[in-house]
Amino acid sequence: MTTRDLPAWVLGLIPLALIAAAVAAFAALGGPGLGDRRGPPAEELAVERTVLEPGVIALTVRNDGPDAVTVAQAQVNDAFVQFTGADGPIGRLESAVVRIAQPWVEGEAYEVALLTSTGGTVAHEIPVAVATPDADLSFYGLMALLGIYVGVIPVALGMLWLPWVRRIPPSWLRAVMALTIGLLAFLAIDATLEGFELAGEGAQAFGGAALVLVGAAVAFLALSGVSAWLEQRRRTAAAAGASGGQLALLVATGIGLHNLGEGVAIGSAYSAGALALGAFLVVGFALHNTTEGLAIVAPMAHERPSPGRLALLGLLAGAPAVLGAWIGAAAFNASLAAFLFGFGAGAIVQVIVQLAPTLRDGTGRTLNPGAVGGLLAGMALMFVTGLLVSV
Amino acid sequence: MPQLSRRGLLAASVPAIGGAAAALHGVVPHPHPWEDAEAATHAHGGNGHAGHAAFRDGATVDHAANGFDPHAILRDFDWGTTRRTASGTVIREWELTAVDKEIEVAPGVRFAAWTYNGRIPGPTLRCREGERLRIAFGNGSSHPHTIHFHGIHPAEMDGVPGLGAGEIPPGGRTVYEFDALPAGLHLYHCHVRPLAEHIAKGLYGAFIVDPADGREEAEELVMVMNGFDTNFDRANEVYAANTIGFAYMDQPIAARRDELVRVYLVNVLEYDLINSFHLHGNLFDYFPTGTGKAPSELTDTVMLCQGQRGILEWRFPHPGRYMFHAHQSEFTELGWQGFFEVT
Repeated sequence: MTTRDLPAWVLGLIPLALIAAAVAAFAALGGPGLGDRRGPPAEELAVERTVLEPGVIALTVRNDGPDAVTVAQAQVNDAFVQFTGADGPIGRLESAVVRIAQPWVEGEAYEVALLTSTGGTVAHEIPVAVATPDADLSFYGLMALLGIYVGVIPVALGMLWLPWVRRIPPSWLRAVMALTIGLLAFLAIDATLEGFELAGEGAQAFGGAALVLVGAAVAFLALSGVSAWLEQRRRTAAAAGASGGQLALLVATGIGLHNLGEGVAIGSAYSAGALALGAFLVVGFALHNTTEGLAIVAPMAHERPSPGRLALLGLLAGAPAVLGAWIGAAAFNASLAAFLFGFGAGAIVQVIVQLAPTLRDGTGRTLNPGAVGGLLAGMALMFVTGLLVSV
Repeated sequence: MPQLSRRGLLAASVPAIGGAAAALHGVVPHPHPWEDAEAATHAHGGNGHAGHAAFRDGATVDHAANGFDPHAILRDFDWGTTRRTASGTVIREWELTAVDKEIEVAPGVRFAAWTYNGRIPGPTLRCREGERLRIAFGNGSSHPHTIHFHGIHPAEMDGVPGLGAGEIPPGGRTVYEFDALPAGLHLYHCHVRPLAEHIAKGLYGAFIVDPADGREEAEELVMVMNGFDTNFDRANEVYAANTIGFAYMDQPIAARRDELVRVYLVNVLEYDLINSFHLHGNLFDYFPTGTGKAPSELTDTVMLCQGQRGILEWRFPHPGRYMFHAHQSEFTELGWQGFFEVT
């Protein structure tokens, strides 16, 4: 009997079965030939979340390393303290909440050190102690309001450019589209860098910086799939000339995904008390983010979308900031946030790919002088308005 | 927590312009967190610590597994064995062995220590002025070690590399021999490089030479002030007198009213420049290095650098609990504190 006599599915299954058998045998024999591991256990704990309640500092820790970690004692600012939680060993990728009794004072800095059974220390710095807001209804209301300020209002304001983009000549419109792409490119870069920064804080066992790239790839491929599907439907319906609305939808989706990540960062920073106040910053941010609204309406210059459709696009782009703020405030996880930032960046890159053909001038060149000028202006605009809100 | 970014700052500024936001949230930061009931229970009332720093509740060091108990070490004076030569000289002999041993230095925290005779501090060697001392040293550790004594002796008996027997290799043996001079409180420790590591790992002990005419009868206690750098960052994670932090908090040292208390205090603390001893509710006569008959000072706090030591004498006029601790608050709350219980 030769392999030709076997059905194809069996041939596909044989290597899988052999791999499974080999793995099982290897495990059953305890890794023959490898011997015991060398050196002391590698202990790694990542602090994923810090909650400050009156008299209590609660840390959510996750075992980031290969070996189980036992928290034996805890210190705050070089003094042993009482704590509850983490009673037994914390296994790989498991998490535990350590609740430390500490009469902390608002505005002061604290260094928590968890002393493990091998004498190693896991240090965690709280630069400025501020009570973590209670996650009650009013808190979620505030997060929603923050999300609306950050996402919905600036985008809606920016969409008011629609009547203007309808009136301008085609060469100007191409420049505005280039400006839009410039804005998006800046956002993509910014989100990627922010994602890498967050990835450095999270548990490395989940992939660290790779999470950002994976998120970007997933978003890019998913949006490409959706856009291809929309294109197919449009052709089937033979509804020629509707591509402007489709592009606007894609732009709104991309910006929405990006704002989801922004919302997470805002919510977590707010709940950690890392936010300083200043009215001028809001003005700066309004200038900065209204450009996202322009990006949505620019592709629809030649269409007459209904007010309802415009509102929907605006919500699609802005409202995820509300959702993000909730996630960030209630269950911040640096690894998740890094993934979401990558996701947003990937979505934006896909949108840029979709928008790029609209830059072509009469001779079919994409990077014509008007487009290049627009691109640079877009990035410059984002950069300059970004300066207004950075310290 | 993300760094302050343009997003963060934007969000921050929102409540500032929107008074509505603050009203909506309605949470004013608690100005005095310690007034909170839960905090008070945990931090101040908690489970018999009466507000003092302590190791985690319910966790204790297994002294039996360690092979020594800080309460026993307090009063454990090793007089060795003696014999008399024909000329009438007393020869006093001890056997010390260096042993690598894992020690539980705080509840649940294990430390790969180097010890003399399996304990930290090593045996408190006690003798009388003028005796001939012979300390046989066997190295059962996997690293070279010595015993370097403070006191008066010939160079080749100094227990440092390159002199006399020099470094004693693993499995090696030597005998340190010299006269017990001068009377006072001294110490011994390993002198092999890297010095800080060989000391911090636990190779040290107290060495008492009684004056020929003796000292007044007293309740005598030995306290070797030390610490442990469990994560090898050249800073100590736990501090103590006689190795186990808070040991004399959890179980106070018993003392009797009006009885003379004499503490032989030795500082061997590595990595920190100084250490100190402070007594509550009392003052003590301080005899630096224990070499003089007259106290240098009547005080309640003395400061010692590494290797410095002295004898403290006082009587408790009142019954009750009296604290003693390093007067560096950091050391205190990292283990170096205790109580006398006077009855």
